[in-house]
Amino acid sequence: MVEATLTHGQSLSSGRSDRAWRWVTILSIFFVLVALWSLTVGATDLNIIRLFNSFFGIEALSRRDEVVLYQIRFPRLIMGMLVGASLACSGAIMQGLFRNPLADPGVVGVSLGASLGAVIMIVLGNSVLIGVSEILGVYDVPIAACIGAWTFTLILYAISSIRGQTSVALLLLGGIALGAIVGAIVGLITYFADDNELRELTFWNMGSLAGVTWPKVISSAPLMVIVLMAVPFLAKMLNGFAMGEAVANHIGINVQNAKRVLIVAVAISTGAAVAVSGGIGFIGLVSPHLVRVTLGPDHRYLLPAAGLIGAILLIVADSIARVIIAPAELPLGIITAIIGGPFFIWMLLRGGGTRL
Amino acid sequence: MSLFVKDLSVAYNKKTVLDGLSCEFQAGQFSIIVGPNGSGKSTLIKALAGEQRYAGRIVIEGQDQQKIPNWKLATMRGVVPQSVQVSVPFTVREIVEIGLSASPTRIKHPHRWHDALEECGLQGFENLYYHELSGGEQQRVQLARVRCQIWEPVYEDVPRWFILDEPVSSLDIRHQIQVMDIAKRFAAGGGGVIAVMHDLNLSAMYSDRMILLNNGEIYDNGEAQQVVSSDNLNTVYHQGWEVNIREDKKIPYVLPQIRN
Repeated sequence: MVEATLTHGQSLSSGRSDRAWRWVTILSIFFVLVALWSLTVGATDLNIIRLFNSFFGIEALSRRDEVVLYQIRFPRLIMGMLVGASLACSGAIMQGLFRNPLADPGVVGVSLGASLGAVIMIVLGNSVLIGVSEILGVYDVPIAACIGAWTFTLILYAISSIRGQTSVALLLLGGIALGAIVGAIVGLITYFADDNELRELTFWNMGSLAGVTWPKVISSAPLMVIVLMAVPFLAKMLNGFAMGEAVANHIGINVQNAKRVLIVAVAISTGAAVAVSGGIGFIGLVSPHLVRVTLGPDHRYLLPAAGLIGAILLIVADSIARVIIAPAELPLGIITAIIGGPFFIWMLLRGGGTRL
Repeated sequence: MSLFVKDLSVAYNKKTVLDGLSCEFQAGQFSIIVGPNGSGKSTLIKALAGEQRYAGRIVIEGQDQQKIPNWKLATMRGVVPQSVQVSVPFTVREIVEIGLSASPTRIKHPHRWHDALEECGLQGFENLYYHELSGGEQQRVQLARVRCQIWEPVYEDVPRWFILDEPVSSLDIRHQIQVMDIAKRFAAGGGGVIAVMHDLNLSAMYSDRMILLNNGEIYDNGEAQQVVSSDNLNTVYHQGWEVNIREDKKIPYVLPQIRN
């Protein structure tokens, strides 16, 4: 235990928040190491020494290796970390907003809302919505996904909240019911898609970072970066909400505005993540929960730590996805679901719905 | 240097709880609102805390409460609710630091949470889980949180307001006195204290002014010797009450009349 000395001579034992900050630092270092490691994983052999030699101009890579590193693995790494951090943070924000640790954009269906927005834009962007698509340019699918996620979250919040309290049963059941409706609409639109659109939809639906290129990064990264940069400012709101809306109001939070900001933050980060990577589940559930059981629920460090864990988990899962059945590639969504599904059941069994 | 309420009316559905209530609270005073159940005490304190919609005006230091942005209001007044349910397993220190996060002097005094815990008799509690504490301990943690938020009774020459909703309802007699002392010191330091209480004896002992509510209106308003009278109490509380005066301090105290 580190001891801080006060001016009046008393010693002050460090609480878990001091420990938590140390862990955030350790996680940041680990995150950098994992990121570097992931650049070396794949069919082309690029060990860490060659990587550094290339970074510092000591040894030039072959043209082919250079393309693999800078045009394939780098954009994929950046997308992986942004998607992982965004999904984890939107999970943590949603759990704080709904005051329930089981609220996750994937579990309650917000990702489905985002999918609907994306599917509408993919299929109708060449016909009915061509004007909108032209105005938004590369941002058309991400923005459509954000709007889909936002609408879904708003409706879900209205269904599941009674006088500021969220009912878990209503939240999960409302998510299922809304998800069914959204699924039906997605099915209907898919039915009318042509061959090209169908191919695009299928790849996208599987949840994968394969085929991420720099233009794709540029189309969705800014949206995710905006929310991630706002995260430190959301912590006070979420801590206030944990003590109920009345206390949040007393400590200076404009509750109605804060709710709007939080819902928009969830919608943007989930929407942008889903638009680029499809259905990657459970990151938003697993990462904040791991932080909560080890470091505690204070959002000042819960958000950054969960973001880092989300990024690490996604980078690791993506690295596994591209080598486990090499030379083919497993969709990333399958790996996160294989790990996340049992984790979710474990959380339910240990009473996560009522205790945390 | 005051907080005043003008023509305050609140109605739930069709039931009028407060009907055109007006009064003024002075900074530097400990004002205590008393009255029977259903007299409108809680509604008045909720309106003062900004939790309750109302018709009329509440003016803090010359500004209409409804026009002051929340962040600014949080630097001018702190509110201790009767009880607070926390949805996540926060430690005591984390809760008190939430109060600190709303204080304008948080950067200058990052260890204020420690002073607040000490003041509320909670030294050594910082790493305990809030949800594992007793009701009375939780109430004192909330008090410490609000003290952190408004530590100085006067900030930048403007008095701050300390609003307490039945602050001693879950406390033993020792801690009741401790909490009342904290509030009294805040008023003595130049801040304004407004509390809702049920205990008439404690209120008479500590208050600079008492406001007796009945049926949503002010029945009497003044010093304890005036308000705590057998006439007032027998009308408002519909019982036989015996009011005596403590010889040493000239403070009234109330006993129920013994019925044979």
